Amino acid sequence: MASPMSAPIRVSHGERGAAGFDVVVVGAGPAGSAAALELARAGHHVALIERGAFPGAKNVYGGVVYGRILDELIPEWWEQAPVQRWVTRRQTMMMTPTQSMTVDFRTDAWREPPYNGATAHRAQFDAWLAGKAEEAGAELITSTVVTALRVDERGHTVGVRTDRADGDLDARVVIACDGVNSFLAKQAGLYPEGQLEHTTLGVKETLSLPRETINERFGVRGTDGVDIEMLGCTGAIPGGGFLYTNLDSVSVGVVLDLTALGKAKKRPEEIVADLKRHPSIAPLVRGGELVEYAAHLIPEGGYQTMPKLAGDGILVTGDAAAMCLAAGIWLEGVNFAIGSGMYAGRAAAHALSTNDTSARGLSEYRKLLRNSFVLADHRKLAGAPKLLMSERMQQRYPGMVCDMVENLFQVTNPTPKPGIGRLLRRSAKAHGVRLRELARDAVSGFRSYG
Amino acid sequence: MHYPESSFEDRMSTVDFRVGERAHIEVDSDICRSCTTKACVTACPANLFVPTGDGGILFNYEQCFECGTCYLLCDKEGAITWTYPDGGDGVAFRKG
Repeated sequence: MASPMSAPIRVSHGERGAAGFDVVVVGAGPAGSAAALELARAGHHVALIERGAFPGAKNVYGGVVYGRILDELIPEWWEQAPVQRWVTRRQTMMMTPTQSMTVDFRTDAWREPPYNGATAHRAQFDAWLAGKAEEAGAELITSTVVTALRVDERGHTVGVRTDRADGDLDARVVIACDGVNSFLAKQAGLYPEGQLEHTTLGVKETLSLPRETINERFGVRGTDGVDIEMLGCTGAIPGGGFLYTNLDSVSVGVVLDLTALGKAKKRPEEIVADLKRHPSIAPLVRGGELVEYAAHLIPEGGYQTMPKLAGDGILVTGDAAAMCLAAGIWLEGVNFAIGSGMYAGRAAAHALSTNDTSARGLSEYRKLLRNSFVLADHRKLAGAPKLLMSERMQQRYPGMVCDMVENLFQVTNPTPKPGIGRLLRRSAKAHGVRLRELARDAVSGFRSYG
Repeated sequence: MHYPESSFEDRMSTVDFRVGERAHIEVDSDICRSCTTKACVTACPANLFVPTGDGGILFNYEQCFECGTCYLLCDKEGAITWTYPDGGDGVAFRKG
């Protein structure tokens, strides 16, 4: 691949851009808006640059915003955030083309403040959060692409070039919140090789359905919502599926390992179509009219695949820093983006106050992340993405579990019941799983999750 | 073989695009002719890469999700020149 965005612009001493800021934040997604909000509140002169016509225009996600990190930024955010439904019912489903085994949990606790998870449309949610940064004094500049970093003779980032006429901006710190492809982190030399191996493609359909129909089908009332995560629905391609409820629509989609997708002779929308035909999913989505088809890349590799988080004059946050948590029972991203953005803003403010915006002066960022869920969760679950995408987890365990449960509930009179141990051995054998491997995966799973 | 429930054109018509004048992605079909895998053809979620009879690729940038799938998968140096559309152009998700 060749790209005009591949090299930083070298700025000579004393050369000035058209405008100067304390901090330029690139990307008005959840990370960028949180960073800009934090900095503007600290009294700094901040630009928040967005390449879309509005914040959220380029953004897609897979279902749930976990909002508690917002408590620090916007007290009682739930009173004003543009939420579709509050998730009160959470399911994890293991499936084969003809079977499914679901863990289904619901609670009244999640239908009241401070809630747990919310579904939202990103075009609304991201615009709302960017609006908060703007209210606090950040300068939101939309429809503007940052095409390059500007660096001085020491390689220290001193600003950005935009695609506006006379669009060079000076900044003492640049915060790269430019998403999964992060050309800025790459330009700054912070991004490691091998991005393809730990990137997945998410494809999603939003299907309109009457509110009452959704409530009946999913067994919820009012603005209560459901989030279902699935394993075993992507055929030969490692990945997973999701289905969640909006107010007057449901969103269904799959996440696909990019390398395997490239080799497969199957297109992404066909895999979504297969999922929608599954006997456990078809009754939930039937009759839904497609209101938007969407796709986006997801950085799923977690802790081991993160770029360097700070360089001289630059910090990296959110998807740009591979901060999506893809750990099977936990699938989170927006909260990690908001958290990392907020801490990046705080660290940048600290660096400005000490007049040291070198990587060393910005090292407060990593400390703040390590002392919070952002890096603590990622370090703890560093092994989870690999385990989740492993051949056994993807191709063998869903079928093994479904067969075992089918046999457990199958009444075989007059033959006596086989007993659970024997069922496990039989199902494992049928799916080519050695009990030793199963035990090893259980141990490594427990080490990650325990 | 399953047939899709609706045409791909109908599917893409649900997505808002502000089509810019500049092609933000360019494909060098001469280089594609030496590619045996053509991973972009099946992986691009917007189905923008169409193989031609002479072994090349026909590409149209107008309904691009700007996701990055094609350049990450492409292993032919110089085949895909990838940039974002100019500010304000390109896909504008209403739901996301």
